[in-house]
Amino acid sequence: MQTFDPSTMRGDISSIRFEPGSTQDKMILNMGPQHPSAHGVLRIMLELDGEYIIRAEPVIGYIHRMHEWIAEQKTYLQFMPNMGRVDYLHAMAWNWAYAGAVERLVGIQVPERAEYIRVVVTELNRISSHLVWWGAYLLDLGAFTPVMYAFDDREQILDILQAVTGSRLTYSYFTIGGVYEDVPADFSKRCTEFVKRLRSRLPMYRDLVTDNMILRGRCEGIGELSVDVARRYGATGPVLRGSGVDSDTRKSEPYGVYNRFEFRIPTYTEGDAMARYRVRLDELETSCDIIEQAVSSLPEGPVSAKVARVFKPPKGEASMAVEGARGKIIVHVRSDGGPKPYRVKLRAPGFSNMSLFAELARGTMLSDAVSILGSLDLVIPEIDR
Amino acid sequence: MSFSKIKEALTGLKSLAIGLGLTGQAFCAENVTVIYPKEQVDNLSTYRGPVELVGKDDAPEVPKCVACGVCGKACPSNCLTILSPIPVKEGEIISSPAQMGPAPQKGAKGPGQFILDFSLCSLCGQCVKACAHKALRYSNNPYLVGYNREDFRFDLIERLRKRSRD
Amino acid sequence: MNAFLLFIAHPAARIILWLVLMFAFIGFNGLILVWVERKVAAYVQRRPGPLHVGPQGLLQPLADAIKLMGKQLVTPVAGDKMLFWAAPLLAFAPVTVCFLPMPFEGRFNPLPMNLGLVLILAFSGLGVVSLCLAGWGSNNKWSLLGAARAVAQSVAYEVPLLLSVMAVAICAGSLDLYAIVRHQGAWPWQWYAMKNPLAFFIFLVCAVAETNRAPFDLPEAESELTAGFHTEYSGMGFGLFFLAEYANMVIVAGVAAALFLGGFQGPLLPGVWWYLLKIYSILFFIIWLRWTFPRVRFDQLLNISWKWLTPLALLDFALAVVVAGFRSIK
Repeated sequence: MQTFDPSTMRGDISSIRFEPGSTQDKMILNMGPQHPSAHGVLRIMLELDGEYIIRAEPVIGYIHRMHEWIAEQKTYLQFMPNMGRVDYLHAMAWNWAYAGAVERLVGIQVPERAEYIRVVVTELNRISSHLVWWGAYLLDLGAFTPVMYAFDDREQILDILQAVTGSRLTYSYFTIGGVYEDVPADFSKRCTEFVKRLRSRLPMYRDLVTDNMILRGRCEGIGELSVDVARRYGATGPVLRGSGVDSDTRKSEPYGVYNRFEFRIPTYTEGDAMARYRVRLDELETSCDIIEQAVSSLPEGPVSAKVARVFKPPKGEASMAVEGARGKIIVHVRSDGGPKPYRVKLRAPGFSNMSLFAELARGTMLSDAVSILGSLDLVIPEIDR
Repeated sequence: MSFSKIKEALTGLKSLAIGLGLTGQAFCAENVTVIYPKEQVDNLSTYRGPVELVGKDDAPEVPKCVACGVCGKACPSNCLTILSPIPVKEGEIISSPAQMGPAPQKGAKGPGQFILDFSLCSLCGQCVKACAHKALRYSNNPYLVGYNREDFRFDLIERLRKRSRD
Repeated sequence: MNAFLLFIAHPAARIILWLVLMFAFIGFNGLILVWVERKVAAYVQRRPGPLHVGPQGLLQPLADAIKLMGKQLVTPVAGDKMLFWAAPLLAFAPVTVCFLPMPFEGRFNPLPMNLGLVLILAFSGLGVVSLCLAGWGSNNKWSLLGAARAVAQSVAYEVPLLLSVMAVAICAGSLDLYAIVRHQGAWPWQWYAMKNPLAFFIFLVCAVAETNRAPFDLPEAESELTAGFHTEYSGMGFGLFFLAEYANMVIVAGVAAALFLGGFQGPLLPGVWWYLLKIYSILFFIIWLRWTFPRVRFDQLLNISWKWLTPLALLDFALAVVVAGFRSIK
């Protein structure tokens, strides 16, 4: 076992393995945990030759909050708020994955109205997550205004979701067996209005940003990801769909009532940052389609099944896969018959997506590394859990 | 310099001009900011603020709460501390003010002390859901301010009394 | 006021008066431009911007200046102290010289010289040295990257800048800004921007690049380099860089207004107001550019300069020589 003597160590546990090669022309740079474009507390150690990256290695763990351990200390229902904090940008998807896993474990049937509401709020949350990604990506690239326009649209979503759930970011709206409470009376109207408004704003996004010559120069041809590299690292979500693989959990393993809606999965084959960018912008339209269809056919009924507050599921395990904004979220729950879970495993799509970075960034310039990092849409709290 | 490259450059310049036009339009459009405190947002009624006790219909300064303690047990973060008076046993001399112990206490009709430690609360709503008597609900105040942690240990019974006086 | 100035015959007194006025102008401009930039940025982003300090936030730059002056001046321990603190001063020094030949008013020339343009171009090139010193003296790899980028960028964009300026100088037959302005007229169709739009365009692009403004602001790229060459500066050190950047912007806008937009010539109002109006329009345009476009990548930036702007500027210069030649034959 390798031991480290703190008195003679130059660097810390991560950087000591990152010693420079033999040449003296290279510089080791820390895109440290505090960085305006590290998307959270991500530390990337770079070995630079001038502007070109020879080696890149991400270091994670700066925001490890032990969610999976906390799950073993709380009852099944008490753990629900934690799921909203794992990936705060798409909290509803994590809520759904956990609630769905426990429902499968216990064998609870979720009422239909709850399923439709779940779809609508998850898609609204996906739109808001993509808007944040879009704004933050452009902020990394140096454009300071589109983020404000994106947040203007996002405020509308947050207002709708506040009327439904009471929160604006870390939703804890799902419950085991349905949703927490019913939606207000004007929910359908507001969703339809919002979808119309967003659709009218998308051409402006295209004109201001997507077609912009400077942005295209920063994104096209950058970070080309081939399908087998993506598969090797287990990439999912827009990262995989940007490389041409038509894979979306909503279509391949339909959950809830997704199989009742018609929507297309955007896929682009180039595999560069621009392809991933376009996938996410097209997903905004897909989500709009789903919301319109779901809200127009919202059935009546109860919004949650009758479930005891503290219940003891039978021994066994169950898992649920959900399409999050960043990729495939899997929550696996194992019970030993007690009121608290024996083990909850959270599979974060960001972890696999981020592992690609080391390979994609090799040989590129520093500015390109920033662009690639942004195009992977990482949320570090999700990676560290 | 091939012809296609020049054409690409000109289309690129046109895209830049279109972008400038859009930001120019935004420059002339009005602000979307709500300038607090001159203006206020108008949708606070649905906001999940810290929980508060619901008063009885006929006596608004008395909480509906029966000190069953279910909300405290439901809370994932142990924010709620509910103490209710320990009933005096038969024949015991009442020599000191009523002792309080953690809810539920047999025979206690209401809470003696109901503390919410908001610095631990995650606004999950389990307490509100768990209450069988609908004695807890969310307040709607997002403008919470304090100088230290103690300012966020809310005495909910005191707050109910203050609210019912206004 | 103008009559009073005209009466001052002693050259030293005129220069000193001009310098005093210019220092006041630079300082005042620094404050105004900070406010304008923040307000323009805010309105483009559909928010109000500075609002509470003074009416419509007009005193905000003053509050910023007081804050900057009150901050602790931190020097990196392993950095080169002399170079580190020489850099902000050196950033500011060329600015004063560059303002001498600027044609604010047709009748008041503090230092009549026939090489005004060359003086401005030479001294604005000195600004790069300060970036270099800042990057090196900070003992910070991020600053070093920023400084290296700044040098390459400045050198690359000097060439088309000079060529486009030369094109106009050839047409006007003089390197004196006052003479070039007098060769234009009061109306837009008499300006060199109409007669030589390519040179105007090239000059504007190079001006934005020389002053390190977005979309060419890689040396201080906030999201990549955590503030680039001025990462380690606090308080007034940063303030001086900031002020120098705005002063450079004013110089470059002033040269553009003089060369291409007719300078102090204009109907009705006294010349100095027209000149200021033109300067502020160009400044507004530069600020507008910053808040619209993302940053250009470094090698693309150099490509733009060497592969596009320099050949175009050479072409333009050649055409200008031919046109001027024909005109002189007549």
